[in-house]
Amino acid sequence: MKRRKKSVLLPGVFTAVLLLAACGDDPLESSEGKAEILNVSYDPTRELYVEFNKAFANHWKEQTGQDVTFQQSHGGSGKQGRAVIDGLEADVVTLALAYDIDEMAHTRQLLNEDWQTEFEHNSSPYTSTMVFLVRKGNPKGIKDWDDLVRDEVSVITPNPKTSGGARWNYLAAWGYADKKFNGDEEQIKSFMKQLFGNVEVLDSGARGSTTTFVEREIGDVLIAWENEAYLSINELGVDEFEIVTPSLSILAEPPVAVVDKVVDKKGTREVAESYLEYLYSDEGQEIAAKNYYRPRNEEILKKYSDQFQSLDLITIEDFGGWQEAQKTHFADGGTFDEIYQ
Amino acid sequence: MELTLKKRKKNTIIPGFTMTLGYTMLYLSIIVLLPLSMVFFNTFSMSWSEFWQTIAHPRAVASYKLSFGTALAAGVINVIFGTIIAWVLVRYQFPGKRIVDGLVDLPFALPTAVAGIALATLYSPNGWVGQFFDFKIAFTPLGIIIALTFIGLPFVVRTVQPVLQNLGSEIEEASASLGATRLQTFAKVIIPELLPAIITGFSLAFARSLGEYGSVVFIAGNMPMKTEITPLIIMTKLEQYDYVGATAIATVMLVASFILLLLINIIQWYTNRKFSLQ
Amino acid sequence: MTKPLNVEHDSPSIAGHGATKSYAMQESMIVKWSLIAISLVFLALFLILPLVSIFVTALEKGWATYVASITDPDALAAIKLTLTVVLIVVPLNAIFGIVAAWAITKFSFKGKNVLITLIDLPFAVSPVIAGLVFILLFGAQGLFGEWLFQNDIKIVFALPGIVIATMFVTFPFVARELIPLMQMQGITEEEASISLGASGWKTFFLVTLPNIKWGLLYGLILCNARTIGEFGAVSVVSGHIRGMTNTMPLHIEILYNEYQFTAAFAVASLMSILAIITIIIKNFIEWKAKDE
Repeated sequence: MKRRKKSVLLPGVFTAVLLLAACGDDPLESSEGKAEILNVSYDPTRELYVEFNKAFANHWKEQTGQDVTFQQSHGGSGKQGRAVIDGLEADVVTLALAYDIDEMAHTRQLLNEDWQTEFEHNSSPYTSTMVFLVRKGNPKGIKDWDDLVRDEVSVITPNPKTSGGARWNYLAAWGYADKKFNGDEEQIKSFMKQLFGNVEVLDSGARGSTTTFVEREIGDVLIAWENEAYLSINELGVDEFEIVTPSLSILAEPPVAVVDKVVDKKGTREVAESYLEYLYSDEGQEIAAKNYYRPRNEEILKKYSDQFQSLDLITIEDFGGWQEAQKTHFADGGTFDEIYQ
Repeated sequence: MELTLKKRKKNTIIPGFTMTLGYTMLYLSIIVLLPLSMVFFNTFSMSWSEFWQTIAHPRAVASYKLSFGTALAAGVINVIFGTIIAWVLVRYQFPGKRIVDGLVDLPFALPTAVAGIALATLYSPNGWVGQFFDFKIAFTPLGIIIALTFIGLPFVVRTVQPVLQNLGSEIEEASASLGATRLQTFAKVIIPELLPAIITGFSLAFARSLGEYGSVVFIAGNMPMKTEITPLIIMTKLEQYDYVGATAIATVMLVASFILLLLINIIQWYTNRKFSLQ
Repeated sequence: MTKPLNVEHDSPSIAGHGATKSYAMQESMIVKWSLIAISLVFLALFLILPLVSIFVTALEKGWATYVASITDPDALAAIKLTLTVVLIVVPLNAIFGIVAAWAITKFSFKGKNVLITLIDLPFAVSPVIAGLVFILLFGAQGLFGEWLFQNDIKIVFALPGIVIATMFVTFPFVARELIPLMQMQGITEEEASISLGASGWKTFFLVTLPNIKWGLLYGLILCNARTIGEFGAVSVVSGHIRGMTNTMPLHIEILYNEYQFTAAFAVASLMSILAIITIIIKNFIEWKAKDE
């Protein structure tokens, strides 16, 4: 009997030890004396933050003598936002849409509802817009949004339900149609329906779409972030693609924010705030411009003016802000669902 | 869980019943049952009409049809080719047979994401295989079927193979001596013997295919109503912060899984009983 | 047919009896070779080509790039994390498999079939749901979320979450292999051992274990392969932090999304090599088991 008692314990103890080992060996534990920042970001900012993190680490070391290391997480904006809400302890978030950060404020009060006033320019240190990437020589002669609804044109864009960039794409197209048809909703919807009827592959994220267009050679035109379009040209084929800037597009403002509840717990508020602040510095703006994001700083923008064509830009305010836009267009039963029915 | 735990009448002298069963139940509850119950628990926060609206939404319904249809098609392909492969591996000798036999397990061992990327590369219009076809394979339901065929193949081969090995030659000889042609013997004698194994293999492959995600997202194209599988709908809902919606769809999938597993087990009980009677 | 047939179990032997017998009821050579040809073409299209394409793409830019991709610090961190997960998950599920198989095959009790079905359940559950349930349990808004946050315990988006989600997905693998095997072997040997005065543990180690060792190994290998390769469930609970919570399959996805296709395929080829080794070991085990 005694022996059996002992034997009951053995597998249980072993299990417990292994589980404890799993919990104890937590790779996310920050080491002492050093600041560690987790920046949860969206897909196309990988290259930007690799460069910027280095620059800021140097800057911070000079200023305070403290070493700061960075952890980066990238993915679709919605996926990343969800991870933060579910407990991914990001010190700062740098996402594609204000909506995703709003959601953090609503559901878990991770930060203040007025987070967007925390930093200049709606807390968006850099902007971008939506442009077209076409194959070399522009064989289909694509100039503007009108060409995208032509029957023989095949379009690649990610899914607005999952991709932040795709929502900007959608709203840019909607904005164009709105202007063209003087706000006649029926005609706008039929335009959008035609446009999405031409979409061949609807990837879940901006990066997936670029891969489909560039690597799989599917589609005549990719609607993409301007920075993403430049990046693909330079990384994947200088002689294979061209950028076409439409007559009208949307001012995409990817926002940044400090996650109050996390930095207060981890004691990283100071460095996290300086980190985002530094995005507005000359060096930060320069790095943004080098990575094809439009800097807010006018002088630096001028310096890179041949890279950034000027065009008519509508803003998210034309749609009544993200909460409104989300409800009308992207929530279940919104206009996006309608055009797919 | 209402298991009536009763030692059988004829008391066994083997020790450890309480311990092993207790540990099994505990571990099962912590790792599987408690987590899975969360799906149902979360769904209860919806009203019945909300629940119905979510799961009967046209996009969701289209995804059930797609997931079901492609899993079915892949299952059928695997039944046909898997049975042929099992037959070839058991009955014939040819050079390289051992390698072929080992290769069948590849989909078990190869990570699904790797398989997905490799298949998408091969079957996309500019891929090694895709370029030879006038129509698109990757990014259509056809691509999904290919990924699911890849995933499901070993299930059919590995369930049919042992049965085929144990199948004595006596009945075939009897059939032949009674004047049946080879084809008749095959259709009337061998296939019925293999049927339970084929159905089990099919159901296993089918069950696995219904929920498959990693390999499919890379090759599916993910178009709403057209190439959007049910697990992707769950992911999409999650990324829109619609947890309740995601769990509602998950409930539907879970119930489907339960039913399938039950079916598989019933077939197995039936087969086991049949053989223990013989 | 005296052997009880179990459809579930992958019987280890390969060439059955009758395979080489030549009796009058063989198919014609044409049929035989066409069937072989069909099998080979099918396997080539679905299995061999994808495998070859992985290696070709991985080596496209030469060995130097290949080596650089798999020795990159983030890749090494991913490999290390994956191995850590394996070292925790596989032993745990193996213990469970043995214990559960003992309970199910050595005793009879009511509800056994229900229990077996429940053990099988994770196999039929979509990996995405497997990830989701742990978010619902341990996520910040989940059942234990607030408590975990207050006590500063991280489960999801850290190693424990990845471990537990993988445990769920690979849960049935060892048990599935052992249950049919131990059912077939019956309980006579154990009963004899016990009645001769051996303890339960002694009986297990000296009688049962030698009988099931090949089945156990086979289950371990399947469990191991799935643990290394799990993508869907881990993707939901990982948080995708570079060099921290990226397992090998997630690292491949990330490289792929960074347009580093060669690097992505290099890591993928590493995983394919692991898969091939797995298959070789598995075949070796089957061959050994058949020998005995």
